[in-house]
Amino acid sequence: MNLFDYFRPASLAEAVAAGSQPGSAYLGAGTNLLDLMKGGVLAPSRLVDLTHLPDLNRIEQLADGSTRIGALVKNAALAHDPDFARAYPAVAEALLSGASAQLRNAATVGSNLMQRTRCAYFTDPASACNKRQPGSGCDAIGGENRAHAVLGWSDHCIAVHPSDFCVALTALGALVEIEGPTGRREVAMTDFYLLPGDTPEKETVLEAGEMIVAVRLPPEAAAFAGHQRYLKVRERTSYAFALASAAAALKIENGLIVEARLALGGVATKPWRTQAAEAVLVGATPGKEAFENAAEAAFAEAKPSGENAYKIALGRRVVTRALMMAAAGTPKRMPALPASPFASETGANAHV
Amino acid sequence: MSDTIAIPAGATPASRTRFGSNSGQPMTRRDGVLKVTGAATFAADNHPEGLLHAVYAAATISRGRVTSLNVDAARAHPGVVEVLTPENRPPLALDPDTKPYPFAFLIEVLQDDTVRYAGQPIALVVAETLEAATEAARLLSPTYDAAPARVGLDAVEPYDPEAVGVGSPPTTEKGDIEAGLSAASQRVDARYETPGQYHNAMEPHAIVASWDGDRLTLDTPNQAIVMSTGSFAAWFGIPAENVTIRSPFLGGGFGSKAIIVGPQILAILAAKMLGRPVKLALRREQMYGPVGHRGATRQDFRIGIDGDGRLTALDHLTTAATSTFEDFIEPASNASHDLYATPALSSRHKAVRLDIGTPGPMRAPGEASGSAALESAIDEAALAAGLDPLEFRLRNYAETDPASGKPFSAKALRECYAEGAERFGWSKRPLEPRQMRDEAGRLVGWGMGTALFPAPMFQAKATATLRADGTALVETAGADMGQGAWTALHQIAADGLGLDIDSVEFHSGHSGLPDGGIAGGSGHTATAGSALHAAGTDVIAKLADLATNDENSPLFGAGNVGVEAQDGRLYRADDPGRSESYGDILARAGLSEIEGAGQGGRDPASAEERAMFSHGAVFAEVKVDPDLGQIRVSRLVGAFAAGRIINPRLATSQLYGGMIWGIGFALHEEAVHDRRSGRIMNANLAEYHVPVNADVPTMDVILVDEHDPYVNALGIKGVGEIGITGTVGAIANAIWHATGVRVRRFPIGLADLIDGASAH
Repeated sequence: MNLFDYFRPASLAEAVAAGSQPGSAYLGAGTNLLDLMKGGVLAPSRLVDLTHLPDLNRIEQLADGSTRIGALVKNAALAHDPDFARAYPAVAEALLSGASAQLRNAATVGSNLMQRTRCAYFTDPASACNKRQPGSGCDAIGGENRAHAVLGWSDHCIAVHPSDFCVALTALGALVEIEGPTGRREVAMTDFYLLPGDTPEKETVLEAGEMIVAVRLPPEAAAFAGHQRYLKVRERTSYAFALASAAAALKIENGLIVEARLALGGVATKPWRTQAAEAVLVGATPGKEAFENAAEAAFAEAKPSGENAYKIALGRRVVTRALMMAAAGTPKRMPALPASPFASETGANAHV
Repeated sequence: MSDTIAIPAGATPASRTRFGSNSGQPMTRRDGVLKVTGAATFAADNHPEGLLHAVYAAATISRGRVTSLNVDAARAHPGVVEVLTPENRPPLALDPDTKPYPFAFLIEVLQDDTVRYAGQPIALVVAETLEAATEAARLLSPTYDAAPARVGLDAVEPYDPEAVGVGSPPTTEKGDIEAGLSAASQRVDARYETPGQYHNAMEPHAIVASWDGDRLTLDTPNQAIVMSTGSFAAWFGIPAENVTIRSPFLGGGFGSKAIIVGPQILAILAAKMLGRPVKLALRREQMYGPVGHRGATRQDFRIGIDGDGRLTALDHLTTAATSTFEDFIEPASNASHDLYATPALSSRHKAVRLDIGTPGPMRAPGEASGSAALESAIDEAALAAGLDPLEFRLRNYAETDPASGKPFSAKALRECYAEGAERFGWSKRPLEPRQMRDEAGRLVGWGMGTALFPAPMFQAKATATLRADGTALVETAGADMGQGAWTALHQIAADGLGLDIDSVEFHSGHSGLPDGGIAGGSGHTATAGSALHAAGTDVIAKLADLATNDENSPLFGAGNVGVEAQDGRLYRADDPGRSESYGDILARAGLSEIEGAGQGGRDPASAEERAMFSHGAVFAEVKVDPDLGQIRVSRLVGAFAAGRIINPRLATSQLYGGMIWGIGFALHEEAVHDRRSGRIMNANLAEYHVPVNADVPTMDVILVDEHDPYVNALGIKGVGEIGITGTVGAIANAIWHATGVRVRRFPIGLADLIDGASAH
């Protein structure tokens, strides 16, 4: 059978030591990695199971006002944490729009950041894929690519980053805490992911043996709580990856936008913060005109990577709508269909 | 391990039982507790002593030859017992490239190194563990001589098939189409397309094969248990009676478990070769290849309408995809045969041979795809005529079967239209599209479609045994695919015996029992149910003979007026005060039991004289985001007339299931082939979308009363497949009504709508 070593470290130091050895892979809940192993996509020779490590499953409010989420916190636990959901409603909404209830109950925060693309050519070992096998080519180019990237792609890879959670984290300026052989460091979400370029197999800044121990939302992120939403468009109402999504957060004072955060999902090779669009919004009056201008800016660099030009038009409209929803105010309660265009209510007055 | 399903007495709470009339009761599934507690044994749950595990390697090209397999590497893998390839595969008694028996499909059983579609088995590994077999299959690392794949309906020129579906003529013509079109004041010419779709039963195909000398025992889900013994036997040159099939539970069949498929034969062959039981269970992605699918279609309509909104001509041409080596032509044009009155009717079929696995019957074969297109085209015709879609359908109501001219055995379609429209509120529908919005500004549309499905019967047998204690045993080799068939059959059987259901033990799901026929074509309840009822009445007739000829019975001499069976007693028909229990009659006669037998099948004279169909009307409301194009069905109402309903709870549930499948057909389901390799790129349940709970709205099913004295003595039709028909068109028509955009390719998605939806 497909033999591999299984190692359950008792400490971070043990984990990093084991994870630094060639062929090792860190195991969270395994909702993605184990599937890829069964499908013959990945074949690590050693799994380093992190799920029994102490102290990585806490949500902490730090003295400086930031919130630290341990890498082993479950997606569902985070989304349903009342304090967290109140402070970062778009993050909770993004989490609850992802996968299925069963998967959210199992999947962990750190692993969510490390999940792999759902590009069918990546998951099909018979296809050429530069991510899976560097230098083999990209069969998604010229193939069935209606769902592929319109931003950030290269001639070597057009795969979309699948996460919803990371889009909201990226919008709010989250930081990734990393433990590794040379100690601890932290990297902004916007710098954590790499563009595919000509090395699409290299997806993050993590070096050999490095692992995520926490994600931190900085103090200033909480200031957007009143006006932030995540919107996700897809072909079925639940349990599907985004064709286009957006996390939008606004700070509105005296009827003007004083600060804006915007990140895109489902359209780019990594969670896609668009500071150009944010700049358009600052100083503008909240409204459709400003939001459409921001959407234009967000997709100014977009170009089809195949039969997916519709995603540019769609993405712009998703941005406009997400900003409209954010401007209307965070709903008092999580909608029944989080992030869906069919969410029953929008705006601050819902459920009042 | 259970040989058969045996539903014990006492499974129903007393409050649910109404003595003397089990049929018509909304009983819950009698195997429900077994299923929710895990006690129900599905095929792959069997682990006989010495079991080996088989995994096949599947071709990753669609056309060409296998040029090498690293058999040495696979054999060297720890735990591997054998590797079967075309070079060492033992012989079979039949040639897999010729049609050996009726309804057989040509199959792929390692007969040569040719690859005919992606996913075809090209080698089989047998090992001590599933994991070893899986890894060794990967180690085979095949190389190929590949030719360009031909996928998509335009890849090759069409040909004229000799037959469509299962042996139906490819062409039906009545009247003069060209004259009808010339006479029309309005024309609708439209082309619709439906993609390849896959059954995706929750339970993948699985088989556990065990040989004992030349006797073969199979645990495998099967929709035609007794018939399949002969089919399996033929491949191995043994008599049918040497084959035992145990299929107590199926986790969904939908047509894909009615046919013998290559992987099953390979597993049996491996078990024979190695002298040990072998299990083979398909992985999810392996269900997209050798086990059938709903073939893709292109459907061209030419419809003529006169000034009064009546059809002058209906021409329906289907071009269907089949494999390069076998014919299963989706008989989609036949959906136009029996629905709308027209002086000129033409249904024709063409086919294209593609590098795909052979299509096969999938829930409502022909009718589902055909209805999706026909009901959309009829909606376009109603628009051309300037009529409400329901009014248009009523103007073209067929009083006799349009294709055959025969009267219908029963047709309560008008009542379905009326009751469905009333429940839905159809009369408030604006004629023009884009007239309705919800409170959030979403576009709202209403659409409808007519549902239709034939009411066939097959042949079935059953036995009933009345015991001295007044209880009974009934037996038939039926199949329950999860929909609750056995509960309905059990109800019918109890009525045949005049017993309450808890006094009747029910055995099914085993080929050693009397042949229960095919669980397919929506005909199982009618067929096996008729056999069971007849077996019960046979017992009662014998019992009545005993009693009425016995001087010591209170029923003595009642022969002239007859007796009635109810609640375990026989009563004089003219004097209910005189009765005797079954047990007393048997005891006095000194008998420990009485056996009866029954058959189910259609009366040939009725079949010749009348057209027999279930009918229905489906009404859909959809909401479409005007900017984003995302679609959601928000309401579905279906009214169906399908003769006598044995169990309204289970019938409603089946109709829900069909209608939900209609949502999937309309909005989700599509196998996506890579245009170059031909491989299906979404062969998994994450990417091959079917509706999830959040896609399924409030649903309303109305069971419309219908008395059909001709279909069979019990008046039973079927509800297994009709729910898909009508629903797909209703949803497509509602999307048009919401947006003004007519999408003629299924599934309909947001990319079809984002331009049009916001263009106004």
